Amino acid sequence: MNSSPTVVTANDNAQNEEPRVDVTSTDAAAATPEESGEASVRTSRPVVAESAITDASHAVKVRAKNVDFFYGTNQVLFDVSLDIPEKSVTALIGPSGCGKSTFLRTLNRMNDIIEGTRHTGDILLEGTDVYDPSIDVVLLRKRVGMVFQKSTPFPKSIFDNIAYGPKVAGLKNKAKLAEIVETSLQRAALWDEVKDRLNSSAMALSGGQQQRLCIARTLATDPDVILMDEPASALDPKSTARVEDLIFELKKNYTIVIVTHNMQQAARVSQQTAFFFQGVLVETGDTHSLFTNPTEKQTEDYITGRFG
Amino acid sequence: MSTASASDVPLSEATTSLQRSASFTRLKESGIRSLLFLCAALSILTTLGIIAVLFSNAIYDVSPRQVGRDGEVRPNEAFFQQVSVTEFVTETRWTPGYTEKHFGIMPLVCGTLMISGIAALIGLPIGLCSAIYLSEYAAPRTRAIVKPVLEILAGIPTVVYGYFALVFVTPYVLRPIFQDMLGFDVGVFNAASAGIVVGIMIIPMISSLSEDVLRSVPRSLREAAYALGSTRVDVSTRVVVPAALSGIIASFLLAISRAIGETMAVTIAAGQTAIVTADPLGSVATMTSYIVNVSKGDAVIGSIEEKSIYAVGLTLFLMTLVMNIISQFVLRRFREVYN
Ligand SMILES: Nc1ncnc2c1ncn2[C@@H]1O[C@H](COP(=O)(O)OP(=O)(O)OP(=O)(O)O)[C@@H](O)[C@H]1O
Ligand SMILES: [Mg+2]
Repeated sequence: MNSSPTVVTANDNAQNEEPRVDVTSTDAAAATPEESGEASVRTSRPVVAESAITDASHAVKVRAKNVDFFYGTNQVLFDVSLDIPEKSVTALIGPSGCGKSTFLRTLNRMNDIIEGTRHTGDILLEGTDVYDPSIDVVLLRKRVGMVFQKSTPFPKSIFDNIAYGPKVAGLKNKAKLAEIVETSLQRAALWDEVKDRLNSSAMALSGGQQQRLCIARTLATDPDVILMDEPASALDPKSTARVEDLIFELKKNYTIVIVTHNMQQAARVSQQTAFFFQGVLVETGDTHSLFTNPTEKQTEDYITGRFG
Repeated sequence: MSTASASDVPLSEATTSLQRSASFTRLKESGIRSLLFLCAALSILTTLGIIAVLFSNAIYDVSPRQVGRDGEVRPNEAFFQQVSVTEFVTETRWTPGYTEKHFGIMPLVCGTLMISGIAALIGLPIGLCSAIYLSEYAAPRTRAIVKPVLEILAGIPTVVYGYFALVFVTPYVLRPIFQDMLGFDVGVFNAASAGIVVGIMIIPMISSLSEDVLRSVPRSLREAAYALGSTRVDVSTRVVVPAALSGIIASFLLAISRAIGETMAVTIAAGQTAIVTADPLGSVATMTSYIVNVSKGDAVIGSIEEKSIYAVGLTLFLMTLVMNIISQFVLRRFREVYN
């Protein structure tokens, strides 16, 4: 599936879609809260929980290692390390402004387009450092697609929206484009609703349809990893359910990272959950155990709504 | 108890008066209001005045008959009371100053369109490209330099552009290329040089209007495009420009209507030959340059020659009005897409 700069981790066998990922929190580092140089308001620095993937069927697709992130001089991520297993859903949760979106956007280098941003640490996609100077960021973003909170259809036809990615990648063959459009829309569970009006404007679709269109548009570039930043937060419950079903389907073939403010949603769709607080990854773990039996006090406070 | 009516309950005593008081502040308030209204009304009145003058001189004379000292009744008729609209539109000669007078607007429209066309050819692509550069590529610091420079370009008096065409563009750009290399005849006065400088003149207008619409394309749209593996060129040409297209077209239309109305540079550089021609290297007359030349010449007040400038002015007014209306309409459609 993956063509570009090939890599180490890919363990080929045992690829049966198993919904469960076994993630065990190694709270080893717990004893030593590291000290950092920057002036931070916080008094004590929560410990970074590293997740270790033990299940051989879900190799680590993306690994973040000691990521610090700065907007200008304002540091918003502190030493974040997280392993994202392939073909499963990882949910990022945490209060507003804690750096979830920022972290998500480091994974496909979307932060590059914001002036004055800077990071340290590594993001490895299948072992390759995505910030390496030899990496073509355009190819990276094709493999690590992104869906945004606000649906962003281009003011073009439905067909042209979906065909956009393949077209900028240089595909001109009409039949091939049509095929990609159809399969992408089908995978995004939108085909039946729009197949008769592919040439009408995408702006005329409902909010929920627009969001599935954006997902289809991302699928059309044939990514391995899909990043979703609160993809359902602007949708009504019914559309939300459809998007969640879709995510559940997609994880059979794609590695998905989703930011959500909705605890139930995280619990429903994800296998692994990471809790961020004030730029620090407080706790990572198997979704079920994180929600039922969090190890950190802050996590518990947040998921039980006792959060201040 | 339950039947107690409202009147049984005593009202609390008034503590402060709510009465209007005719204070000085209030007077000042309404004074300022009227002043502002007058300012706004003034521009509308001016426009109405202009239309009235054009109408009275071109279509139907409403002024009282004037009698000269010798008792002779002055001809007091508007242009179209003397020349038929059919002649005005279909005749191909424009010779109001000659003994054999013909009043066909075609040569002037032709000259105007030729110069506007050349100006559009130069100004639209360059203006759009600089808008794309400013909005999509330029670092804030570069922008801070380029924008004021473009604005300076907009502030140069048009008469300077006219002489620039006459003493630089024609002898040092057009002659070497078209005459020395290609063997065409380049006149001292020619449509091409005028068109080129008018094109340069409208660049700042196009670039600043287009830049505004490009910038108003939501950032989220650009991010979505980047996330799909677009290069910067893809984002600008396939997403941002198409999304802003109607706004860009509106800026084009406004700029072209400015080119049509451009007067001084054209009068100086294009000459005064009212003919229907396709040769951009020869002299042409435009509607605006004709009006200038009649007004500074010795046409008798009240003569048909003098009246003809109002007919030409009216035509010009209608042309730019239509362009402006279209561009307003197009711009409004653009706004609807994002609101
Ligand atoms: N473009 C930017 N420039 C400067 N600072 C930013 C920018 N984007 C985000 N920040 C800051 O970075 C911090 C983290 O923001 P981020 O958007 O990652 O939070 P978030 O967890 O996604 O919040 P939310 O749940 O509200 O979306 C915030 O303090 C925010 O103010
Ligand atoms: Mg966010």
